[in-house]
Amino acid sequence: MSARVQLASAAGAILSLPARLIEPAMSGIQRGVGIKRMPWVFLLPNLVAVILFALLPVFINVFYSMSGSDRLFPWDRPFVGGANYQSLLDCTNYLDPSTCSRDLFWRALGNTMVFVPVQVICMIAIALLTAICLNRDIVGRGFFRGIFFFPVMLSPVVVALTWQWILQRNGALNGLISAAGLTPVNWLIFPNTAFFWSVFVTVWAHMGFYTIILLAGLQAIPRDVYEAAKMDSASPWRVFTRITLPLLKPVMLVVFILAVIRSVQTFDELYVLTGGGPGSATMLMVQYIYEVGFAAQPRNFGLAAAASLFLGLALLIFTGIQMRISRGGNND
Amino acid sequence: MTDLSQAKPGLSIVEFATRRRGRKRLDWTDWLTYLYLFLGLVVMFTPVLWVAISSFKTPANLTEFPPTLLPYANQTAVVEGHDEPLPLFDVVGEDGESRRLAQLRRVGIQAQMVDPANPEERIVVPVGDATPVRQLYLATENYTNLLTSSGGQIWRYLFNSLFITVVATAITLVMNSMAAFALSKYRFRGSNIALVSILATLMIPATVVLVPTYMIVAQLGLVGNLWGVILPTVATPTGVFLLRQYMLTIPDELIEAARMDHASEWRIFWRIILPLSSPALAVVAIFSILSRWNDFLLPLVVLTRRESYTLQLALASFQTEYGVRYEILLAMTTLTALPLAFAFIFLQRYITSGIASTGIK
Amino acid sequence: MANLTLQNVKKSFGAVEVIPGVDLEITDGEFVVFVGPSGCGKSTLLRLIAGLEDVSDGDIRIDNASVVDVPAADRGVAMVFQSYALYPHMTVRENLSFGLENIRMDKAEINRRVSDAARLLQIEQLLERRPKQLSGGQRQRVAIGRAITRDPKIFLFDEPLSNLDAELRVLMRVEITKLRERLGNTMIYVTHDQIEAMTMADKIVVLRKGIIEQVGAPLELYNHPRNLFVAGFIGSPRMNFVEGKVSAVAPGQVVFEAPGLPPLTLPGALAQSMEAAPATLGIRPEDFVVSRDAGAGWPVTVGVAEQYGANSYLHCTLAGEVPILVHEAGQSLARRGDVLYLAPRENHWHLFGAGGAAIERQA
Repeated sequence: MSARVQLASAAGAILSLPARLIEPAMSGIQRGVGIKRMPWVFLLPNLVAVILFALLPVFINVFYSMSGSDRLFPWDRPFVGGANYQSLLDCTNYLDPSTCSRDLFWRALGNTMVFVPVQVICMIAIALLTAICLNRDIVGRGFFRGIFFFPVMLSPVVVALTWQWILQRNGALNGLISAAGLTPVNWLIFPNTAFFWSVFVTVWAHMGFYTIILLAGLQAIPRDVYEAAKMDSASPWRVFTRITLPLLKPVMLVVFILAVIRSVQTFDELYVLTGGGPGSATMLMVQYIYEVGFAAQPRNFGLAAAASLFLGLALLIFTGIQMRISRGGNND
Repeated sequence: MTDLSQAKPGLSIVEFATRRRGRKRLDWTDWLTYLYLFLGLVVMFTPVLWVAISSFKTPANLTEFPPTLLPYANQTAVVEGHDEPLPLFDVVGEDGESRRLAQLRRVGIQAQMVDPANPEERIVVPVGDATPVRQLYLATENYTNLLTSSGGQIWRYLFNSLFITVVATAITLVMNSMAAFALSKYRFRGSNIALVSILATLMIPATVVLVPTYMIVAQLGLVGNLWGVILPTVATPTGVFLLRQYMLTIPDELIEAARMDHASEWRIFWRIILPLSSPALAVVAIFSILSRWNDFLLPLVVLTRRESYTLQLALASFQTEYGVRYEILLAMTTLTALPLAFAFIFLQRYITSGIASTGIK
Repeated sequence: MANLTLQNVKKSFGAVEVIPGVDLEITDGEFVVFVGPSGCGKSTLLRLIAGLEDVSDGDIRIDNASVVDVPAADRGVAMVFQSYALYPHMTVRENLSFGLENIRMDKAEINRRVSDAARLLQIEQLLERRPKQLSGGQRQRVAIGRAITRDPKIFLFDEPLSNLDAELRVLMRVEITKLRERLGNTMIYVTHDQIEAMTMADKIVVLRKGIIEQVGAPLELYNHPRNLFVAGFIGSPRMNFVEGKVSAVAPGQVVFEAPGLPPLTLPGALAQSMEAAPATLGIRPEDFVVSRDAGAGWPVTVGVAEQYGANSYLHCTLAGEVPILVHEAGQSLARRGDVLYLAPRENHWHLFGAGGAAIERQA
């Protein structure tokens, strides 16, 4: 299909969608199936897409993780049972990734387990601070809200390239540092600084999203509660800890769950910013899955599927615990 | 006030102190707030501004360290007997007098220069005595080079990104709102199962099912095809959820009235429900446009052919290919971010309120 | 214009039986009001007639043709919804014409009908506005107008005035009555407000828990309630009730006894003689003979005297616990703490047996 034909067909389809094609067709369908079955007709397209691209893949993934070879289609793949899992978990000493047969998996796992809590806690703390500042009676609130939010709109690639440009050896940050009389640092070359900037850049890019949610949560707290607290001569700190935080708890939980799920899935920014390097210092689980399943030759789909099921299971357990906690919290 | 504090025996000294400070809080907490917000302004905004400024620098200007704040270029002059324009330098002579000379070539710490007014005479000057004559210069050729280089490939990438964004968003809106309509306005057996199975996919991160998704795309023969990126992303559970929640607030009586008005179910959907859901549709559209335009991992895996690259893929691949040509990379980064920056300026209120409402629910 | 017949109509939602079986006959051109407390199934019954809900059992016939399998749009009925259900994104004109466009009616005919309805309801100057720009009363008119353009056999009104303020409600009540006289269609009107029922209906259907308690003309229900429920529901302020027993029934003389009170002889006679039995006596506030002389009836103590100017309502207590409301025409002289003596007017009392059914008086 050439580009022009694709464009023309899409535009034509969109324009004639409403009146010409669909309405008579749908009326015909309604006559055919009866009004009772119409909801299924409305559901059908979405349901097909959901089954095909979300539910079915979960089951196929399970099979992938239990089959070998670099063949893509399930029917070409020999069943190997738990070999992929065994290979992932095969270590002589679990405290030392280099003794594992898949040492990169363990390094990625370790990195993720450090990255996620650090990134989530930093991000929510900063987002909350920002939301509180934006919730005050300040001049230019809309402007500042926009400033803190706009990186959310940037694509991960743009974010990564922007910061790469600033952090590079001859970049703006080193320019400032040398102007201050200090020694420039090659930020992305050393594991520790690279990890720090990985956290910093992902927080920079995503905190605006959570700031907006928290800000909405703050604004949903009725004003008269604060006024009552003022009448009770509560200090600002007490107002914050005894009124704002408890009333913000449901929103905080939503933010927390969303932030963890997304943090675990971090890939694009770091793939472009550090490429997982130096060495494997900033390689997280999703990048490991990508490297094993798609970048490496031969492609090891089985291992990638096993690792991703591992990731999915961890997320499921985490969300389950969170739900349990939040439900318990709602009861009191 | 004092009576009240005395009446409360539990009031500690610390609380008393903070309360005293609390009276003055209008001053210092406001100061802290503004300080924080301006710090935020610098941290959030300057990196992007810096990239935009840098994208207008010449290659020579870009490699300077420390970097210049604004884009500068060496002033040049056309000197008789030389085809290329020559860079101009201000040279302080032994007599302490400054002269403006054009540099021919540099040899070690010496430079050969000529006086543009007297091109026959060559002067040898120590490099340390010469400072380049510079002027503000916007290197727009970075952009023109980018747009014309390699046969205008960038237009191809732009088209691909636009096509994916527009088509996927259109399909998402129609499909999600149809499903949301069914799930909000009909009582039928199986509606709960359908709702749960759609919402359950919220829990399945796209990365977890990357391999089988790729396999299904391959099975459909869509590897390297833009539809291979569009189809897996159209059935967004958040879209269905958001629209359903909104449609639940539309009174059922409207639908009953329309039904008594001889409207077919599709007509009720298209003429009554869709127009009334436009605020929610706008939010879903914005989310869809944002995520389709910025998508990276799925296109990276599915769009294997160069001519099917999106802007994001091309940008990422430029990083390795044009690693040394920062001016092109920066120009493209700026260009890629530009459409969304504009969209954001116009739609900020919609976007933020949309995110706030989904987050709260 | 049409007859409507309900035959043993039943409706359940899951295990909950909302309407256990209703039989009703409505003749052409009647204005019928379904009235009852909330949750009595009156709206459900209306929605069954409209075709918005499917009957679980039984038959609905319009002009002797069963319509239970006919979709709502094709039953020839039009509905005015409680919330008006105007399409908010369409102008008044579009609201009126949407249904006619859906059946591909000729443009000229649509315009004619829309302008006729608009003239009838005096909303011609509002045709290009959207519902948001209209007042409550104007929206109400548009909603009625939408029903009129469809030229239905039967109009259905689902609590149409409940969203209006008190003053406007009185106004619209009169308007709907006038409209009905001009159109002459069969109309079914659902309300929980018994005043609306009394003032508008040819025939009132009192419903409770999905069962028809009584059907009849307004004053027939008022004067001869068939049971305790109808007696309590119809009439405002409410009928007074005193529990006790009928002690002796000689021809032409009924004696009612309540604990702690002297026996009261009720002026009038019962249709049939009966044994002494527990019963409830009901007397409307305006049906007392009030006296300040001891021995002229039951003694009551005045608590609050409400002076309306033209009328007075005395909130009294009987034997220290039973509340009794007494209506006096004009301005009352009674004050808090006064003791009055009450007796029912002749043939203006109601007796109800232990099951709540009325014990009929001699006509």
